Amino acid sequence: MKKELWKGNEAIAEAAIRAGCDCFFGYPITPQNEIPEYMALRMPQEGRVFVQSESEVAAINMVYGAAASGKRAMTSSSSPGVSLKQEGISYLAATNLPAVIVNVMRGGPGLGSIQPSQADYYQATRGGGNGDYRTVVLAPCNIQEAVDLTQEAFDLADAYRTPVVLLADGMIGQMMEPIVWRDIPKRECPPKDWAASGRNGRDKNVFLTSLLIEAADCEAHNLELEKKYRAIAEKEARWQERETEDCEILIVAYGTPSRIAMSAVEQLREKGIKAGLFRPITLWPFPEQALRQLAQQERVKSVLTVEMSLGQMVDDVRLAVNGAKPVYFEGRSGGSIPTVKEIVDAAERAWKGGL
Amino acid sequence: MKKEIMIAGFGGQGVMSIGKSLVEAGLEEGLEVSWVPSYGPEMRGGTANCSVILSDQLVGSPIVYTPTELIAMNVPSLRKFENDVIPGGAIFINSSIIKEEVLRDDVKIYRVPCDTIAEELGNGKVSNMVMLGAYIGATKALDPDTLRTMIRHMFAGRKEKLIPLNLEALQRGLDCVQG
Repeated sequence: MKKELWKGNEAIAEAAIRAGCDCFFGYPITPQNEIPEYMALRMPQEGRVFVQSESEVAAINMVYGAAASGKRAMTSSSSPGVSLKQEGISYLAATNLPAVIVNVMRGGPGLGSIQPSQADYYQATRGGGNGDYRTVVLAPCNIQEAVDLTQEAFDLADAYRTPVVLLADGMIGQMMEPIVWRDIPKRECPPKDWAASGRNGRDKNVFLTSLLIEAADCEAHNLELEKKYRAIAEKEARWQERETEDCEILIVAYGTPSRIAMSAVEQLREKGIKAGLFRPITLWPFPEQALRQLAQQERVKSVLTVEMSLGQMVDDVRLAVNGAKPVYFEGRSGGSIPTVKEIVDAAERAWKGGL
Repeated sequence: MKKEIMIAGFGGQGVMSIGKSLVEAGLEEGLEVSWVPSYGPEMRGGTANCSVILSDQLVGSPIVYTPTELIAMNVPSLRKFENDVIPGGAIFINSSIIKEEVLRDDVKIYRVPCDTIAEELGNGKVSNMVMLGAYIGATKALDPDTLRTMIRHMFAGRKEKLIPLNLEALQRGLDCVQG
C-alpha cells in the first residue's frame, strides 16, 4: 500500500469520513482548526452534514441530536472548548448514545497556551461532566494510529452505545507523517432500533432522556451503565510494550511523550541501563492488569511515568502498580514538551531509587 | 542515515514548504520522515520554523533539539538556533540578508545568496527552492532528480509555467555548493 504524507488533524478528519461519519459539528480553536476546515470542504462533497456551530456547547448538543437520531456524529475541539462540551458528553453517556469527540489538547488551565499538552487526562478519563459515567478514551502516538483509532472509534461507540474520546495532543494534530490507508476490521454493531428517527411502524415513539426523577429508577439506570462499563473494561484495554522483555526500569507514557520516551529508552540502553516502555493506547479502560503484571516482575526495579502534565496518568499507574514498585514522575506542563535528556536523567534517578 | 533539520525564517519566506518538500522527497526515496511546524503565537509576523527528520530508521521523537543542519533564512533564526547545531553539523545561511558572522567554528557554513539568485531569476518567491537545492547539493541527503520530479508534479496543470523557473532555482542552489 502506498504511503501518503498527512497532517495529523487532516488525517483524523479524513479517517472520520472513511468511517462513515454522517455529521460533523464544531467551533474553531487552535491547534485543531484543520479538522473543521477539512470537514467544511469534504463533508458537503460526500453529501454529508458540516455545521460550524455558534459555540462548543451548541456543537456537542448538535452531536447529541444527531446521535439520538441514529447518525454517526462527531465533534472536535481543543482543551478549553472540550471543557465546554462536558455537559453534553454526560448527557450522551446517560442516554446511551454513540458519538466521537476529538480533543487535540493544548496547555491549560483556562485558555492556557496553544502548544501541546496532556493535562486533560483527568477530564477525559474521570468524566468532566456530572454523574457516574465513563467514556472510552483512545490515545494515538502517531498519525497512523490517529487514523486507525479514529476509524475504530465510530465502531466502538456504536457497539457499546457510548461516547468515545480521541485524546490527541497538539503535536499529533500539527505534525506531518507518512501513513497508509488500510482497512480497519469492522465490528459487529447492533442495529440502531433505539434511534429517535420517526415512529416507522413502531408501537410507540422512541423517547430518549437522561432524566430519571425517581432515585430507584436512576440507580437502576446507573447499574445498567455500570454493566456496560465493566464489559468495556474487560474487553477493550489496549497497550503496546517496547523493549520490556528484560527491562529493569519501566517507563510509562502515551501520545507524543511516549515517542520521546522511546528515544530515551534507546539512549538508556546504550548506557547499559535496561529500560523499557509501556504505552497505554486506551486511557480508559486503563490497561491496569498488564501494567501490574509487568511491574511485579522481579527484575523491574522501578516505574517512571512521563506526561505533558504535572502528573495525572501517574495516579492510574500507581493504582495499577499498587505499591509493588516505586513509581516516579517526570513531566512538563502548559505546552512545554519533555526532552529526551530530561527523561533519561529522570529514568536514571528512578533506576537508582529502585535499587 | 539520520538528518535532523531545523528550518527557520520569517513567515512568508517559504520555510514550511522547504520542510514539506524535504519530507515528500524523502518519502519518495523510501525514507522514514516527519515534519513538525512551530505553530506558536510567534507565527504571526515573527519567525516561523519547522523541524524535519529524514531517517532510514523509524522516527522516535519527531522533535529536533540538536539539528544536524540548520537552514537560517534570517538573522533572528540564525541567532535562535545556531548554538543547537551538533558539532560537525552544518548551517545554511541566506547570505542575501544575513551579513552577520556565525559564532561557531565547529560547524560547516554554507552561505547561499538565495534571495539575490531568486531575484535574478525574476521571482523572489523561489528563494526557498534555491536554498533547497543548496541543502541537498551539500548534504547529498536526497537525489536532485527526486526533487525535479516532485517539482514537475507540484506545478502540474494550471501552474505549469512555474516548472522551468523552479527547476532553474533548484539548479542554481545546487551550483552554489558544487565546485
